[in-house]
Amino acid sequence: MPMLNFRLLDPALLVDISRLPAFDQITTGERGITVGGGVRHHALMRSPELEERLPIINHTMQYVAHMAIRNRGTIGGSLAHGDPAAELPLLAVLLDAEIHITGPAGDRTARAEDFFLAPLTTDLSEDEILTAVTFPNLAAGSGWGFEEIARRSGDFALAGAGSVLTIQHGIIADVRLAMMGVDETPRRLPAIEAMLLGRAWDAGVRAAAVRQVREQVNPMSDLQASADYRRHLAGVIAGRALDAAWAKGQTL
Amino acid sequence: MIRKRPITITVNGSTYARDIEPRRLLTDFLREDLGLTGTHVGCEHGVCGACTVLLDGVSARACLCLSVQADGRDITTVEGMGEIGALSLLQEKFRKHHALQCGFCTPGMLATAHEILMDAAPLTDTEIREALSGNLCRCTGYEHIVHAVSEALKERLGSIATGSALNAG
Repeated sequence: MPMLNFRLLDPALLVDISRLPAFDQITTGERGITVGGGVRHHALMRSPELEERLPIINHTMQYVAHMAIRNRGTIGGSLAHGDPAAELPLLAVLLDAEIHITGPAGDRTARAEDFFLAPLTTDLSEDEILTAVTFPNLAAGSGWGFEEIARRSGDFALAGAGSVLTIQHGIIADVRLAMMGVDETPRRLPAIEAMLLGRAWDAGVRAAAVRQVREQVNPMSDLQASADYRRHLAGVIAGRALDAAWAKGQTL
Repeated sequence: MIRKRPITITVNGSTYARDIEPRRLLTDFLREDLGLTGTHVGCEHGVCGACTVLLDGVSARACLCLSVQADGRDITTVEGMGEIGALSLLQEKFRKHHALQCGFCTPGMLATAHEILMDAAPLTDTEIREALSGNLCRCTGYEHIVHAVSEALKERLGSIATGSALNAG
């Protein structure tokens, strides 16, 4: 809607999909949780199904804009918009979400990793709609963390990071780290994930991870912050997300 | 010429049927078609919060909603929250605590604060600030607004505890 108000978009035809039947459902399956494209941010934040299996989503939604926006905004809208500093695209990439799409050519499913192509540009064609998103289950005992820094509460983040990890015998057995606001799209940082595998999250490993995050992100300068400041923040925020995930992970 | 569409919207308890262009924002429908100018228009892209109204009982930005999307829905604007001589609880607290100066943000503040009261969760002043963070005020420095909402919330929680009915809005 802001893009229409700004005349950045000038569609010949606008279709309201918000009243499609079953578009606002959250369903729990064996493999994971499927969220309809029309599920509103407020419903994600309060969902008991997510709280039980993927509490990182409930937690992260508090950072999305403000109450009145969360009452109206939807997961499908956020993912299709593809803002590089938005929380739901980051969660989709971090949690390896499957994005279900339908159009005249039929149904298809895209991996979140392949869905975000550039700022505000996704794999979605003009004649397709995003119908639902499946978040696969996490391994038992997974720890998680999401952290962001914004200039004001509810603003788009200058930098944000999400992490999920499992701990076995006191070392990291599996780890994911994804960042937003510091690149053209939200993305995982596979080199850092590889470096962390098999290590304990101690001060030395933490310092190395923070340093490497700063080397591997490509932030831009804008009115809000310089690229260098964002690079600095990326390290801070990735460190905090991993701190939280390590603290929550149960040693199996 | 864009084809007009029939819509029926309930605003402050009255039902209005109109034929409107699909592009018409809810703010323009309320202010220009219905003459309810209490809903203010600030930034027109969802940031300032001045146009916040209640849509089916929860806060929403009227500037980010097309009127056709509100077809069949129930809207409450500041005009429906109370009147001179019969202020709502929140309006009374805003007056008592001097929670407004120019008043531009006030209709939106009241809509957001209404949802806070309806949620009926005990909140600290910090949490109230967070909940109000989507409504900008350039006069008060927010302090008095937080006092007003905090006191109204305490009274609402008290009335729920004692089972008495209280006009929350």
